[in-house]
Amino acid sequence: MMAFKLKESFSRNRGLWIFAGAGLLVAVLLAVFVSPWASSSPDGLEKVARDKGFAKKAEDTQPAWKHSPLKDYSVSGVRNEKASTGISGLLGVLITVGFALLVGLLAWGLGVRKRNREDAARSGPAG
Amino acid sequence: MHIPDGFLDTRTWGALYGVSGGTTAYALYKVRDRLEGKKIPMLGITAAFIFAAQMLNFPVAGGTSGHFLGALLACTLLGPLEGYLVMVVVLLVQCLFFADGGLTVLGANIFNMGIIAGLLSYYLMMLVKVPLSRRIGEKRALLSSVAIFSWISVVMASAATALELAISGTVPLHVTLTAMLGVYSLIGVGEAMITTIVVGVVLQSRPDLVYAWRGPALTPARSAGEVA
Repeated sequence: MMAFKLKESFSRNRGLWIFAGAGLLVAVLLAVFVSPWASSSPDGLEKVARDKGFAKKAEDTQPAWKHSPLKDYSVSGVRNEKASTGISGLLGVLITVGFALLVGLLAWGLGVRKRNREDAARSGPAG
Repeated sequence: MHIPDGFLDTRTWGALYGVSGGTTAYALYKVRDRLEGKKIPMLGITAAFIFAAQMLNFPVAGGTSGHFLGALLACTLLGPLEGYLVMVVVLLVQCLFFADGGLTVLGANIFNMGIIAGLLSYYLMMLVKVPLSRRIGEKRALLSSVAIFSWISVVMASAATALELAISGTVPLHVTLTAMLGVYSLIGVGEAMITTIVVGVVLQSRPDLVYAWRGPALTPARSAGEVA
Protein backbone atom coordinates (compact mmCIF):
# COMPACT_ATOMS: atom_id res chain seq x y z
CA MET A 1 0.00 0.00 0.00
CA MET A 2 2.78 2.36 0.97
CA ALA A 3 4.86 1.38 -2.05
CA PHE A 4 1.89 1.84 -4.33
CA LYS A 5 1.28 5.40 -3.15
CA LEU A 6 4.93 6.21 -3.62
CA LYS A 7 4.87 4.93 -7.19
CA GLU A 8 1.80 6.99 -7.93
CA SER A 9 3.45 10.10 -6.55
CA PHE A 10 6.53 9.50 -8.67
CA SER A 11 4.64 8.94 -11.90
CA ARG A 12 2.76 12.17 -11.36
CA ASN A 13 6.00 14.13 -11.16
CA ARG A 14 7.95 13.11 -14.24
CA GLY A 15 9.58 16.53 -14.61
CA LEU A 16 10.88 16.28 -11.10
CA TRP A 17 12.46 12.93 -11.85
CA ILE A 18 14.22 14.34 -14.90
CA PHE A 19 15.53 17.17 -12.72
CA ALA A 20 16.63 14.68 -10.06
CA GLY A 21 18.37 12.54 -12.68
CA ALA A 22 20.26 15.56 -14.00
CA GLY A 23 21.28 16.46 -10.44
CA LEU A 24 22.53 12.95 -9.79
CA LEU A 25 24.48 12.99 -13.04
CA VAL A 26 26.21 16.24 -12.02
CA ALA A 27 27.11 14.73 -8.63
CA VAL A 28 28.53 11.57 -10.25
CA LEU A 29 30.54 13.54 -12.81
CA LEU A 30 32.00 15.77 -10.08
CA ALA A 31 32.85 12.84 -7.81
CA VAL A 32 34.34 10.63 -10.53
CA PHE A 33 36.01 12.99 -12.98
CA VAL A 34 36.75 16.19 -11.05
CA SER A 35 37.59 15.01 -7.52
CA PRO A 36 40.83 13.20 -8.55
CA TRP A 37 42.19 16.61 -9.50
CA ALA A 38 41.14 18.40 -6.31
CA SER A 39 43.77 20.12 -4.19
CA SER A 40 45.55 17.76 -1.81
CA SER A 41 46.79 20.53 0.47
CA PRO A 42 45.66 20.26 4.09
CA ASP A 43 42.23 21.80 4.68
CA GLY A 44 41.68 24.80 6.91
CA LEU A 45 41.40 22.99 10.25
CA GLU A 46 44.28 20.59 9.42
CA LYS A 47 46.52 23.49 8.48
CA VAL A 48 45.71 25.42 11.66
CA ALA A 49 46.33 22.25 13.69
CA ARG A 50 49.77 21.81 12.10
CA ASP A 51 50.71 25.48 12.46
CA LYS A 52 49.58 25.69 16.07
CA GLY A 53 51.07 22.35 17.03
CA PHE A 54 48.04 20.32 18.04
CA ALA A 55 47.82 18.09 14.94
CA LYS A 56 49.76 15.52 17.01
CA LYS A 57 46.73 15.02 19.25
CA ALA A 58 44.84 13.40 16.38
CA GLU A 59 47.87 11.48 15.09
CA ASP A 60 48.45 9.98 18.54
CA THR A 61 44.80 8.93 18.91
CA GLN A 62 43.56 5.62 17.60
CA PRO A 63 40.48 6.29 15.48
CA ALA A 64 37.31 5.08 17.21
CA TRP A 65 36.08 3.45 14.02
CA LYS A 66 38.76 1.54 12.11
CA HIS A 67 36.67 -0.18 9.47
CA SER A 68 36.07 2.56 6.94
CA PRO A 69 36.18 0.65 3.65
CA LEU A 70 37.09 3.74 1.60
CA LYS A 71 39.48 5.37 4.02
CA ASP A 72 40.85 8.70 2.80
CA TYR A 73 38.75 8.52 -0.36
CA SER A 74 40.63 5.64 -1.90
CA VAL A 75 39.87 2.04 -2.86
CA SER A 76 42.41 -0.46 -1.63
CA GLY A 77 43.72 -2.55 -4.49
CA VAL A 78 43.39 0.16 -7.11
CA ARG A 79 46.94 1.32 -7.74
CA ASN A 80 46.17 4.32 -9.92
CA GLU A 81 45.61 7.13 -7.47
CA LYS A 82 43.23 9.09 -9.69
CA ALA A 83 41.12 6.04 -10.49
CA SER A 84 41.09 5.10 -6.81
CA THR A 85 39.75 8.53 -5.82
CA GLY A 86 37.23 8.55 -8.66
CA ILE A 87 35.85 5.09 -7.82
CA SER A 88 35.59 5.97 -4.13
CA GLY A 89 33.73 9.13 -5.17
CA LEU A 90 31.26 7.14 -7.26
CA LEU A 91 30.65 4.70 -4.41
CA GLY A 92 30.30 7.58 -1.98
CA VAL A 93 27.67 9.30 -4.12
CA LEU A 94 25.67 6.06 -4.40
CA ILE A 95 25.92 5.33 -0.66
CA THR A 96 24.92 8.91 0.16
CA VAL A 97 21.91 8.81 -2.17
CA GLY A 98 20.86 5.52 -0.60
CA PHE A 99 21.15 6.80 2.97
CA ALA A 100 19.33 10.04 2.20
CA LEU A 101 16.50 8.19 0.45
CA LEU A 102 16.22 5.86 3.43
CA VAL A 103 15.97 8.79 5.85
CA GLY A 104 13.38 10.42 3.55
CA LEU A 105 11.36 7.22 3.30
CA LEU A 106 11.56 6.73 7.06
CA ALA A 107 10.24 10.24 7.79
CA TRP A 108 7.62 9.96 5.06
CA GLY A 109 6.50 6.53 6.21
CA LEU A 110 6.18 7.75 9.81
CA GLY A 111 4.01 10.61 8.55
CA VAL A 112 1.75 8.32 6.51
CA ARG A 113 1.35 5.99 9.46
CA LYS A 114 0.49 8.89 11.75
CA ARG A 115 -2.09 10.30 9.33
CA ASN A 116 -3.67 6.89 8.82
CA ARG A 117 -3.94 6.47 12.57
CA GLU A 118 -5.53 9.90 12.90
CA ASP A 119 -7.99 9.16 10.09
CA ALA A 120 -8.94 5.88 11.74
CA ALA A 121 -9.46 7.66 15.05
CA ARG A 122 -11.63 10.34 13.40
CA SER A 123 -13.89 7.95 11.55
CA GLY A 124 -14.67 6.30 14.85
CA PRO A 125 -14.43 2.72 16.09
CA ALA A 126 -16.62 1.50 13.22
CA GLY A 127 -14.13 2.81 10.61
CA MET B 1 36.42 21.36 8.94
CA HIS B 2 35.82 17.71 9.87
CA ILE B 3 37.26 17.26 13.36
CA PRO B 4 39.23 13.99 13.80
CA ASP B 5 39.20 11.80 16.92
CA GLY B 6 41.47 13.14 19.63
CA PHE B 7 40.86 16.88 19.26
CA LEU B 8 37.96 17.14 21.71
CA ASP B 9 37.68 15.84 25.25
CA THR B 10 35.01 13.34 26.27
CA ARG B 11 32.89 15.90 28.09
CA THR B 12 32.71 18.17 25.03
CA TRP B 13 32.04 15.56 22.38
CA GLY B 14 29.60 13.79 24.67
CA ALA B 15 27.58 16.96 25.21
CA LEU B 16 27.59 17.71 21.48
CA TYR B 17 26.42 14.15 20.71
CA GLY B 18 23.49 14.90 23.00
CA VAL B 19 22.64 18.16 21.24
CA SER B 20 22.98 16.69 17.74
CA GLY B 21 21.14 13.50 18.64
CA GLY B 22 18.26 15.45 20.12
CA THR B 23 18.10 17.80 17.14
CA THR B 24 18.10 14.86 14.72
CA ALA B 25 15.25 13.17 16.55
CA TYR B 26 13.30 16.44 16.62
CA ALA B 27 13.93 17.02 12.90
CA LEU B 28 12.68 13.53 11.97
CA TYR B 29 9.66 14.02 14.22
CA LYS B 30 8.73 17.38 12.65
CA VAL B 31 9.57 16.46 9.07
CA ARG B 32 7.30 13.40 9.03
CA ASP B 33 4.24 15.70 9.15
CA ARG B 34 5.13 17.63 6.03
CA LEU B 35 7.38 15.46 3.92
CA GLU B 36 5.60 14.42 0.76
CA GLY B 37 6.73 11.66 -1.56
CA LYS B 38 7.95 13.92 -4.32
CA LYS B 39 10.45 15.57 -2.02
CA ILE B 40 12.26 12.32 -1.21
CA PRO B 41 14.29 12.21 -4.45
CA MET B 42 15.35 15.81 -3.81
CA LEU B 43 16.77 14.78 -0.44
CA GLY B 44 18.85 12.12 -2.20
CA ILE B 45 20.07 14.45 -4.94
CA THR B 46 21.00 17.25 -2.57
CA ALA B 47 22.91 14.86 -0.32
CA ALA B 48 24.73 13.36 -3.32
CA PHE B 49 25.63 16.77 -4.71
CA ILE B 50 26.95 17.97 -1.34
CA PHE B 51 28.97 14.78 -0.86
CA ALA B 52 30.53 15.13 -4.32
CA ALA B 53 31.17 18.87 -3.98
CA GLN B 54 32.83 18.34 -0.59
CA MET B 55 35.44 16.17 -2.33
CA LEU B 56 36.54 19.10 -4.47
CA ASN B 57 39.17 20.85 -2.39
CA PHE B 58 40.20 24.15 -3.93
CA PRO B 59 43.46 25.87 -2.99
CA VAL B 60 43.34 28.96 -0.81
CA ALA B 61 46.28 31.05 0.40
CA GLY B 62 49.44 29.54 1.85
CA GLY B 63 49.35 25.81 1.01
CA THR B 64 45.88 25.38 2.45
CA SER B 65 42.78 24.03 0.77
CA GLY B 66 39.12 24.39 1.45
CA HIS B 67 36.01 22.72 0.23
CA PHE B 68 32.34 23.47 -0.17
CA LEU B 69 30.20 22.80 2.91
CA GLY B 70 26.67 23.03 1.54
CA ALA B 71 24.68 23.25 4.76
CA LEU B 72 22.97 26.54 3.94
CA LEU B 73 22.39 25.34 0.39
CA ALA B 74 20.59 22.24 1.66
CA CYS B 75 18.42 24.29 4.05
CA THR B 76 17.60 26.89 1.39
CA LEU B 77 16.55 24.27 -1.17
CA LEU B 78 14.79 21.76 1.08
CA GLY B 79 13.76 23.61 4.23
CA PRO B 80 15.85 23.92 7.40
CA LEU B 81 15.06 20.59 9.08
CA GLU B 82 15.22 18.62 5.83
CA GLY B 83 18.52 20.33 5.00
CA TYR B 84 19.84 19.50 8.45
CA LEU B 85 18.95 15.81 7.98
CA VAL B 86 20.77 15.80 4.64
CA MET B 87 23.89 17.14 6.36
CA VAL B 88 23.58 14.41 9.01
CA VAL B 89 23.51 11.80 6.23
CA VAL B 90 26.54 13.26 4.45
CA LEU B 91 28.58 13.51 7.67
CA LEU B 92 27.58 9.99 8.72
CA VAL B 93 28.64 8.51 5.38
CA GLN B 94 31.93 10.44 5.42
CA CYS B 95 32.66 9.28 8.95
CA LEU B 96 31.71 5.60 8.57
CA PHE B 97 32.90 4.90 5.02
CA PHE B 98 35.70 7.40 4.41
CA ALA B 99 37.23 8.01 7.87
CA ASP B 100 36.61 11.72 7.23
CA GLY B 101 35.78 13.09 10.69
CA GLY B 102 36.08 10.93 13.80
CA LEU B 103 33.29 8.74 15.16
CA THR B 104 33.63 10.10 18.70
CA VAL B 105 33.32 13.66 17.38
CA LEU B 106 30.55 12.94 14.86
CA GLY B 107 28.11 14.76 17.14
CA ALA B 108 30.45 17.76 17.23
CA ASN B 109 30.83 17.75 13.45
CA ILE B 110 27.04 17.56 13.05
CA PHE B 111 26.72 20.42 15.52
CA ASN B 112 29.21 22.63 13.65
CA MET B 113 28.23 21.81 10.09
CA GLY B 114 24.54 20.92 10.50
CA ILE B 115 23.26 23.05 13.35
CA ILE B 116 25.53 26.13 13.21
CA ALA B 117 26.21 26.26 9.45
CA GLY B 118 22.78 24.86 8.57
CA LEU B 119 19.88 25.56 10.93
CA LEU B 120 21.23 28.65 12.71
CA SER B 121 22.54 30.25 9.52
CA TYR B 122 19.26 29.55 7.73
CA TYR B 123 17.11 31.15 10.41
CA LEU B 124 19.44 34.16 10.61
CA MET B 125 19.28 34.45 6.83
CA MET B 126 15.48 34.44 6.86
CA LEU B 127 15.45 37.20 9.47
CA VAL B 128 17.24 39.38 6.92
CA LYS B 129 15.72 38.03 3.72
CA VAL B 130 12.05 38.50 4.59
CA PRO B 131 12.19 42.28 5.26
CA LEU B 132 14.74 42.70 2.47
CA SER B 133 12.45 41.16 -0.14
CA ARG B 134 9.90 43.94 0.50
CA ARG B 135 12.55 46.49 -0.43
CA ILE B 136 14.49 45.01 -3.33
CA GLY B 137 12.24 42.20 -4.53
CA GLU B 138 12.13 38.51 -3.73
CA LYS B 139 14.76 37.26 -6.15
CA ARG B 140 17.46 39.80 -5.35
CA ALA B 141 16.73 39.51 -1.64
CA LEU B 142 17.03 35.72 -1.70
CA LEU B 143 20.21 35.58 -3.77
CA SER B 144 21.97 38.34 -1.86
CA SER B 145 21.08 36.92 1.54
CA VAL B 146 22.14 33.44 0.36
CA ALA B 147 25.51 34.89 -0.69
CA ILE B 148 26.08 36.72 2.59
CA PHE B 149 24.87 34.01 4.93
CA SER B 150 26.62 31.13 3.21
CA TRP B 151 29.85 33.03 3.90
CA ILE B 152 28.72 33.64 7.49
CA SER B 153 27.75 29.97 7.89
CA VAL B 154 31.30 28.78 7.22
CA VAL B 155 32.88 31.46 9.41
CA MET B 156 30.50 30.71 12.30
CA ALA B 157 31.18 26.98 12.02
CA SER B 158 34.94 27.62 12.17
CA ALA B 159 34.47 29.82 15.25
CA ALA B 160 32.42 27.05 16.89
CA THR B 161 35.22 24.57 16.11
CA ALA B 162 37.82 26.87 17.69
CA LEU B 163 35.59 27.27 20.74
CA GLU B 164 35.19 23.49 21.15
CA LEU B 165 38.95 23.01 20.85
CA ALA B 166 39.40 25.60 23.60
CA ILE B 167 36.73 24.12 25.89
CA SER B 168 38.38 20.72 25.46
CA GLY B 169 41.69 22.18 26.59
CA THR B 170 43.32 21.20 23.29
CA VAL B 171 44.44 24.69 22.32
CA PRO B 172 43.53 28.09 23.81
CA LEU B 173 40.99 30.21 21.97
CA HIS B 174 43.35 33.15 21.44
CA VAL B 175 45.77 30.84 19.62
CA THR B 176 43.31 29.38 17.12
CA LEU B 177 40.40 31.78 16.75
CA THR B 178 42.07 34.33 14.49
CA ALA B 179 43.82 31.62 12.48
CA MET B 180 40.54 29.72 11.97
CA LEU B 181 38.56 32.86 11.12
CA GLY B 182 41.32 33.94 8.71
CA VAL B 183 41.36 30.69 6.73
CA TYR B 184 37.62 30.13 6.75
CA SER B 185 36.74 33.67 5.75
CA LEU B 186 38.65 32.89 2.53
CA ILE B 187 37.04 29.46 2.12
CA GLY B 188 33.70 31.14 2.81
CA VAL B 189 34.07 33.17 -0.38
CA GLY B 190 34.08 29.92 -2.34
CA GLU B 191 31.09 28.73 -0.33
CA ALA B 192 29.18 31.94 -1.15
CA MET B 193 29.96 31.66 -4.87
CA ILE B 194 28.93 28.01 -5.18
CA THR B 195 25.81 28.37 -3.04
CA THR B 196 24.60 31.46 -4.89
CA ILE B 197 25.21 29.92 -8.30
CA VAL B 198 23.42 26.67 -7.43
CA VAL B 199 20.43 28.47 -5.86
CA GLY B 200 20.35 30.78 -8.90
CA VAL B 201 20.36 27.87 -11.34
CA VAL B 202 17.62 25.97 -9.51
CA LEU B 203 15.60 29.19 -9.18
CA GLN B 204 15.86 29.71 -12.92
CA SER B 205 14.71 26.23 -13.88
CA ARG B 206 12.49 25.05 -11.00
CA PRO B 207 11.68 27.84 -8.50
CA ASP B 208 9.18 25.47 -6.88
CA LEU B 209 12.14 23.41 -5.67
CA VAL B 210 13.62 26.28 -3.65
CA TYR B 211 12.04 26.14 -0.20
CA ALA B 212 13.19 29.61 0.83
CA TRP B 213 11.61 31.12 -2.27
CA ARG B 214 8.65 33.03 -0.82
CA GLY B 215 8.74 30.39 1.82
CA PRO B 216 7.81 30.92 5.43
CA ALA B 217 10.23 32.78 7.63
CA LEU B 218 10.42 30.89 10.87
CA THR B 219 7.44 28.55 10.77
CA PRO B 220 7.12 25.24 8.95
CA ALA B 221 3.53 26.12 8.05
CA ARG B 222 3.95 25.26 4.41
CA SER B 223 2.69 21.72 4.84
CA ALA B 224 -0.95 22.48 4.12
CA GLY B 225 -0.13 23.96 0.73
CA GLU B 226 2.39 21.30 -0.14
CA VAL B 227 0.16 18.33 0.41
CA ALA B 228 -2.42 19.60 -2.06
